[in-house]
Order: sequence, then C-alpha cells, then structure tokens
Amino acid sequence: MRCFLMIYLVKITISLKEGMLDPEAAAIRQALANLGYPTLDLKTARQFTVRFDAANGEEAREQAAAMCDRLLANPIIHRYEIEVRE
Amino acid sequence: MRFAVVQFGGSNCDRDAVSVLSTLCGVDTDLVWYKDRLRKPYDAVIIPGGFSYGDYLRAGAIAARTAIMEDVASMAARGGLVLGICNGAQILAEAGMVPGTFTMNAYPKFICRKVHIRVETTQSPFTSLYRKGEAIAIPIAHQEGRYVAPLADVQKLERDSRIAFRFCSPEGDVGQGWNPNGSLGSITGVLNEAGNVLAMMPHPERASEEILGSDQGKRIFMSMVRHVEAGA
Repeated sequence: MRCFLMIYLVKITISLKEGMLDPEAAAIRQALANLGYPTLDLKTARQFTVRFDAANGEEAREQAAAMCDRLLANPIIHRYEIEVRE
Repeated sequence: MRFAVVQFGGSNCDRDAVSVLSTLCGVDTDLVWYKDRLRKPYDAVIIPGGFSYGDYLRAGAIAARTAIMEDVASMAARGGLVLGICNGAQILAEAGMVPGTFTMNAYPKFICRKVHIRVETTQSPFTSLYRKGEAIAIPIAHQEGRYVAPLADVQKLERDSRIAFRFCSPEGDVGQGWNPNGSLGSITGVLNEAGNVLAMMPHPERASEEILGSDQGKRIFMSMVRHVEAGA
C-alpha cells in the first residue's frame, strides 16, 4: 500500500495551567496599568509553528501532542493547544 | 572512588565543582564533556550549575534530553549518587529524576545572594554529616528556581522524608519572609524515591571554603564521600 504524505502546518500554543503563578504576566500587567491601561486579567503564552510531513491531520495532531509531552511543555505547569492546517 | 562532573555547553560551575571535590575533598574527579558520555564506573555524578543551552525553552529542558542523561539515569538506577546543583537541579527535574519542577521566581528576577537553608533530613547520602534542623549559609544564583509540584507529590515527599532542604532564617525558621523565590513550602532540595538523587538550587560548591564566605556546603560532598566509602 502506498502512503501519501502531506505537509502540515501545526501551531502549538503552550500556556501555564489555570491557577499557576505567572510572575511575568503580573509584571506586564502592572506596566500596562502604569501606562493607563488597567486590565482585569493578563495571560502569557508561547507559540511554536512547525511544519512536518504526516499521513493525515489526525497523525499530525498526534505527533504534535507527542512533541509537547516529550519536550515543548512541562506537564507539571503547562497546558497546550494544537491547531493543524494543511 | 571516582566522581564525574558533567559539562554541558553553558555549564559554568563545572570547574568549581571539580576543584572542591578534588582539592578539598580529595576525590579523583573527571570533568566529562556531555558528548563523551559516562564511560567509567563512577560512584557519583554531579550535574553542575550554569545555563545549559542558554536556558532555551525552559532551564534544563534541552540538556535533560541529551544522551548522557540516559547514562546518568542508568547509573542512578544502579545506586550511584547523582547531585544536581542549580541548573543541574533543573535538568534532573526536567529529566523526571526527581518530582516537581523549578520555574520562574515569584519575583521574576535573577537572584544572586547568600541565603540560609535548613537541613530537613540527615537520612540521605548527601546530608548525613549535618544535624537535622541545622541552618547552613549558602548562596543561590538563579532566575528559575521556584519549586513547584503537585500537592500529592509534596505530601509524598514529606511522608518519605525526601525534602532535603528548605529556605530559612539564619536561626532555622521557615516562613515566607525567608523564601527568596516563592518556592512551594520553601522547598529547595528534593530527593528521588531511592534517596540517591538530590536536586538542589543553592550552590554548595560556592560554600565549601571559609574564604568564600561559608564552608557549610562542603559537608554535602563529604557526606557523599562517606556514603561511597561505607559501601566500598
């Protein structure tokens, strides 16, 4: 059986789990307030954009999740979201 | 008896550790470049402080996934001693060799100063030469040193006496006023389940000679030496 590979563009967003202290966000929020932009809430996240070959979208998503579990995220403090595009 | 100090690109406390071990503790110590792997049967391995891989991604994250860490893990599985100091502690946590993780300080700045830590257990190969509850003077130098772990893990650490050190006052009192980075429970040193792996943020290699302001960290290395001698 032949296997056709597609190129997928995957966006991975890593952020702190709910309730985790985010000292950087607190400092940025304070700085915004000093500039006259009071905010009710501010969260930071880190985004990775990766391109790789996969047989289908589901496989691409699984591969991205494995990347998060094994390196990109630390399960103790992080959650991640994966967006797959062809 | 032979110890190794692993050197990653960006390690910067590697030579200090070698110097303390070989000159002050009298241990034959090899400085091992991480690509050279662990090729000898070492009694103990020290993962030193620094900024391996520029702290990219998360402090210790990339070094934790290098091949030499597989050697370190199998050496630990055979009962060898592993001590991770500062960036070394972050690497051990990222490698899953101790529970929890060390992340951005509560006040997100680099802190470099002398603090005090309380010895929480003397039932470990790293702390047997201390008195339980003793407060020792030792420097910290980190930005990502705030200990975080799931509550269940911390309760298990407490139950098993696997918390090695907590930040404290010079008199040994533990409290938020003495917790420089916001660590959970002021914890700054944790042991693995078998007790032969210790991850700690403070720098005992910078507190092993009176001329550097404190020699109270030296007993960590001497405890390791004693442990190895007892097993020989």
